[in-house]
Amino acid sequence: MEKTAIFGNKALPYALLLPQLVITLVFFYWPASQAVWQSFLREDAFGLNSDFVGLENYQALFAQPEYYKSMVTTLVFSSLVAALSLAIALLFATQADKNLKAAPVFKVMMIWPYAVAPAVAGVLWLFMFHPTLGTLARPMRVLGFNWNPLLDGNHAMALIVMAAVWKQIAYNFLFFLAGLQSIPRSVLEAGAIDGAGPLRRFWTITFPLLSPTTFFLLVVNVVYVFFDTFGIIDAVTGGGPAGSTTTMVYKVYADGRLGGDLGGSAAQSVVLMVIVIALTAIQFRYVERKVQY
Amino acid sequence: MVEHRRWNDIVAYLILTLGVLLVVFPVYVALIASTHDAATVVNGNMPMTPGSHTWDNYYRAIFVGGSRASREPVGHMLINSFVMAMGIALGKILISILSAYAVVYFRFPFRQTAFWIIFITLMLPVEVRIYPTYKVIADLKMLDSYAGLILPLIASATGTLLFRQFFMTIPDELLEASRIDGAGPYRFFKDTLLPLSVTTMAALFVIQFIYGWNQYLWPLLITTQDSMQTIVTGIKKMLTTTDELAEWQLAMATAILAMLPPVAVVIFMQRLFVRGLVETEK
Repeated sequence: MEKTAIFGNKALPYALLLPQLVITLVFFYWPASQAVWQSFLREDAFGLNSDFVGLENYQALFAQPEYYKSMVTTLVFSSLVAALSLAIALLFATQADKNLKAAPVFKVMMIWPYAVAPAVAGVLWLFMFHPTLGTLARPMRVLGFNWNPLLDGNHAMALIVMAAVWKQIAYNFLFFLAGLQSIPRSVLEAGAIDGAGPLRRFWTITFPLLSPTTFFLLVVNVVYVFFDTFGIIDAVTGGGPAGSTTTMVYKVYADGRLGGDLGGSAAQSVVLMVIVIALTAIQFRYVERKVQY
Repeated sequence: MVEHRRWNDIVAYLILTLGVLLVVFPVYVALIASTHDAATVVNGNMPMTPGSHTWDNYYRAIFVGGSRASREPVGHMLINSFVMAMGIALGKILISILSAYAVVYFRFPFRQTAFWIIFITLMLPVEVRIYPTYKVIADLKMLDSYAGLILPLIASATGTLLFRQFFMTIPDELLEASRIDGAGPYRFFKDTLLPLSVTTMAALFVIQFIYGWNQYLWPLLITTQDSMQTIVTGIKKMLTTTDELAEWQLAMATAILAMLPPVAVVIFMQRLFVRGLVETEK
């Protein structure tokens, strides 16, 4: 799609583009290319010299058991968060889609956690489930469950999953509700006339028609878990205990900042870039097909 | 509606009420904790009703800071967060409405190239390139500055795409009519395009304000002085002392203060928020 009515100025468009292009080149392309370049270098202990080492950083990276562990952690974390937040949000959205008088109120009450910073969400959940002072940790202790997310890796994972899901429900709810409202009522009525009950109508009509939204949200949720949950992890567990909540993004941060291994950190950045580009490509491919239903 | 069954509505109300409780509960606990004194919060048996230290806790959190360790008050962090969020929101609107105007309403060599240069940025969030970006900021002497907090985060395509999409829906007749009236690119932009774009700008503003306010990793990396911290990074630092020393009632008061502005934006500008969220995702 192109405009036919345009202005003929020659220099003006460049001037208009200049601010964005300068900012993009300086703060995006320059650092991104540095990351790629740095991943082929190794700095000495003092950061004074760096040598070109080819693929050595990548070889070192893929020889690290911790790197595979962080991949598994990322996979577990993202599948749990995506599955749970999508399922819960869909349940709430289907209920809010019914003709209820109070539906607008419920809608606002559901969407505001979107605005809570991930780090703040993490702190809220840490407080509730803190082993010594948490409001909810105490009843668990009374019931005989030895809850301690600060020492037990699985408990720590459960805690960051809960915080991440809590924050993401809002977003998924909003998009599911929009998706549900765009399903033509006539299709549902036809199903009802044929004698299908509410549950049957949901699984045979609503859910298939909703699949574009679901797939779109799945990709967005995985990207969310990859990047936006950094604040949750840093605030709640700091990647611990014993690396059990160190995701791939957290490892880029930890290796570069705490370990001082900039070459290895850059190599991890490049691997992540490739993953994100693949995810985005999937998303765009799909968005083009979205209308076909 | 297809059919109306009473029990169906009752089930819906039950599930939604349960959902709202689930969503509200963590914040309710934080709110309650921010009204009690340190001893009540730490003993692990905090009551679920408000205490009497509300004023004291919020006053200390904002103006005084914690007592045990040398903790900073969060008053100035709120200001930093506000400046950062406003800078990102307004900065992004400004640069992206200009570039979208250029891409849609002008024809010039390298137009497609320029568009793609901007478009690619969609693919890589700042988290992926943190250290190299840090180094650029350090080389430009922008550590501990508002410019350093703001500029790298407005280098993204979302705004440009949003305005481009909106400009494409504006009928060509409007531009032709303006030209007949003798308007040049500046007049057309100011008198026709800007007034039409107000809603789009507001929707983008809401989304970007929340995005900017909630930034965590970036301010954490490039601010070393306490005076430049934002409230979202400040809250974590309140808890890095050992557990017995952490003043949870102040941390919870800070958490409430940190979520108040963006949550208020969502609740009071719900229409714009939903519109911005749905449209920037396309």
